[in-house]
Amino acid sequence: MTHVLDPNALADTSSGTGTLPDPFADVTRSNDAFRAFLHGLPGVDQVGAEARAKVLGTRSIKTTAKAWAIDTAISMVDLTTLEGSDTPGKVRALAAKARRPDPTDPSCPAVAAVCVYGDLAGVAQEALAGTGINVAAVATAFPSGRASREVKLADVRDAVANGADEIDMVIDRGAFLTGRYLDVFEEIVAVKEACGSAHLKVILETGELVTLDAVRRASWLAMLAGGDFIKTSTGKVSPAATLPVCLVMLEAVRDFRTATGRQVGVKPAGGIRTTKDAVKHLVLINETVGSDWLSPDWFRFGASSLLNDLLLQRQKLRTGHYSGPDHVSVD
Amino acid sequence: MTSLFEYAPAPESRSIVDIRPSYGLFVDGEFVDGTGTPLKTVNPATEEVLSEVATGSEEDVDRAVRAARRAFVKTWGPMRPADRGKYLFRIARLLQERAREFAVLETLDNGKPIRESRDVDVPLAAAHFFYHAGWADKLEHAGLGPAPRPLGVAGQVIPWNFPLLMLAWKVAPALATGNTVVLKPAETTPLTALLFAEICQQADLPPGVVNIVTGAGETGRAVISHPDVDKVAFTGSTEVGRSIARAVAGTEKRLTLELGGKAANIVFDDAPIDQAVEGIVRGIFFNQGHVCCAGSRLLVQESVHDEVVASLQRRIGTLRVGDPMDKNTDLGAINSAEQLARIRELAAFGETEGATCWQPEGELPDRGFWFKPTVFTDVSPAHRIARDEVFGPVLSVMTFRTPDEAVAKANNTTYGLSAGIWSEKGSRILKVTDQLRAGVVWANTFNEFDPTSPFGGYKQSGYGREGGRQGLAAYLSSGDQK
Repeated sequence: MTHVLDPNALADTSSGTGTLPDPFADVTRSNDAFRAFLHGLPGVDQVGAEARAKVLGTRSIKTTAKAWAIDTAISMVDLTTLEGSDTPGKVRALAAKARRPDPTDPSCPAVAAVCVYGDLAGVAQEALAGTGINVAAVATAFPSGRASREVKLADVRDAVANGADEIDMVIDRGAFLTGRYLDVFEEIVAVKEACGSAHLKVILETGELVTLDAVRRASWLAMLAGGDFIKTSTGKVSPAATLPVCLVMLEAVRDFRTATGRQVGVKPAGGIRTTKDAVKHLVLINETVGSDWLSPDWFRFGASSLLNDLLLQRQKLRTGHYSGPDHVSVD
Repeated sequence: MTSLFEYAPAPESRSIVDIRPSYGLFVDGEFVDGTGTPLKTVNPATEEVLSEVATGSEEDVDRAVRAARRAFVKTWGPMRPADRGKYLFRIARLLQERAREFAVLETLDNGKPIRESRDVDVPLAAAHFFYHAGWADKLEHAGLGPAPRPLGVAGQVIPWNFPLLMLAWKVAPALATGNTVVLKPAETTPLTALLFAEICQQADLPPGVVNIVTGAGETGRAVISHPDVDKVAFTGSTEVGRSIARAVAGTEKRLTLELGGKAANIVFDDAPIDQAVEGIVRGIFFNQGHVCCAGSRLLVQESVHDEVVASLQRRIGTLRVGDPMDKNTDLGAINSAEQLARIRELAAFGETEGATCWQPEGELPDRGFWFKPTVFTDVSPAHRIARDEVFGPVLSVMTFRTPDEAVAKANNTTYGLSAGIWSEKGSRILKVTDQLRAGVVWANTFNEFDPTSPFGGYKQSGYGREGGRQGLAAYLSSGDQK
């Protein structure tokens, strides 16, 4: 047997109140001040971050631990369809799958949310009524974010009016990369306001930010602006979610909670297709931020094909043998 | 509180390795009985006796040296260098093929986590043979004269912290340069060397080229003081290294020593803090701190001291401790009761001298030899824990204010094996590196090894280099001597 020396090592040590990020109240007083703050965050050594993610990727998760990880991962899936060809029929099929991912096994948990374009949020809401499964809608001129602020806010309001419980917005990467941090910040604040009671996930599109330093800065920016979740990618840009990026974002939410008392969720999206990938992410959470983030309230997988692999692995654990792709539904 | 996500046991199977109840010495290509009193080797994680191993007497050592001399004169010395290279390539491939077997045996005998023996020790050992195999027929291009020649018989004594890897560091360059070898493994960790003897047989290495004589200090003394040994190579404690230097003084033997260390790991305030914390953990807790180049003195710039220490303590709490054979173990067992006693003694000094001792919450296994990862803060450069090599999972934290002070404190040691620098500023890294008196300086990483990179120390950390082109010099004469 082997055990963690101190299971409480990653427990909450924050001194903040959980309402306002007090220590940082004045960092957004000007773009220069905000730039100085973001560039003053400790750097990220890419080689070191990749090495750490790689070591955690070698953890051997077997038997009972694997069963727990698979069920937890299923319950964290934001089952997603974001295609130009989406129809109400497609969304209803996805909703049915979200409620009962494995029709042969009632003990299989439901997913966390169904994620669609804003115009189909109403269809999803109707199909999921009373299930406890949330409807997430992408907005703000997803995926590029290239539209005026008015159009983006209208997009958000429309999705919320259609019944979205969660809004997945994209940041203005152009503004971020030219150093107009305050513009990006103010836009998130405005979107948050337009969300009303809907939860806001802020997509950083890390594949376009490229460096891990930028990922850390964008994470802090999004958290300070009031994002409830920070999310890696739209799924439309490669690379999407990678372990080192997720590691840096987890470190950011950990440090942010320590400083302010407010907990922010993390959602890797795009490129996570296998159970192995999903389990590696759960290991990353477990050893970077601890149990507090091991729930669908604080961690999500944005994925479509991942769910079927999780179901196949789940059946394998239950029956002892691999079934085939025809034993899970094609959506 | 327990974690939501408990990892189920994931033990590596030990059935892959066949440990014999007793082992003889490997002399002249065969296993033979030793004439000394046999030693028992134990698994330090359970105190279970693994096997009984022969002890080589002076007479046994003499037989081994004579076999090595015969092989040097008759087969290995005259052999075409390209053919010697082929043998080394074959050994390297066999090490890879049987990697799991070596990893399991190393972990059982040494106590180190299987993750480390599997991912570090064994692959690096194979890499050393591959690297040196390539040199075998290119020695005239090594910058050591137009026709460098082997020395003859090398007597090599290696430590218990990386038993197979240290064997590779010694044997690979010796054979590539045309020497033959009498090697004495450490008394607490002889088993992978004896499995390596099987590899030599499997590779059809000519008899006598590699001889392995197990035993304790007496056997080692017999190896280094044998009159027909031309070259002595030792890795181990500075204390034993000194006595070897005395024993070899006045003879024509060539000598290289790779001894202790008390490396400074310097964290500047512009460091990538999360990666620096990983590097500090890797620097001092890798292999339970049984590493001569361990980063055992942490020098932190005062402005980030509290942040770094808090982050480090949080990270240490997440280390997984326990069965070294479990694939998820980060911290294994201390190699022997003797070493555990030494670590305890030095750690106790730290407290009586006034440093603040911190250890994470949590239990250690009941059986076997274990020591909690330990961090001393408020350490003064005058404290023994800041000066003596602990060779265990014990870190001493000190502070500095300016780069000059960091360099002065880092160099203020009788050792000089390695050092680490953490900074995002390239010019600072280059400048400080130039000023550090240490054989290896790592920048934004720690405890990275590669056969192409020479390794060795300044001052009481020894002399000579192992690995790289420079390492070949220890086993060659330029042609005009001898």
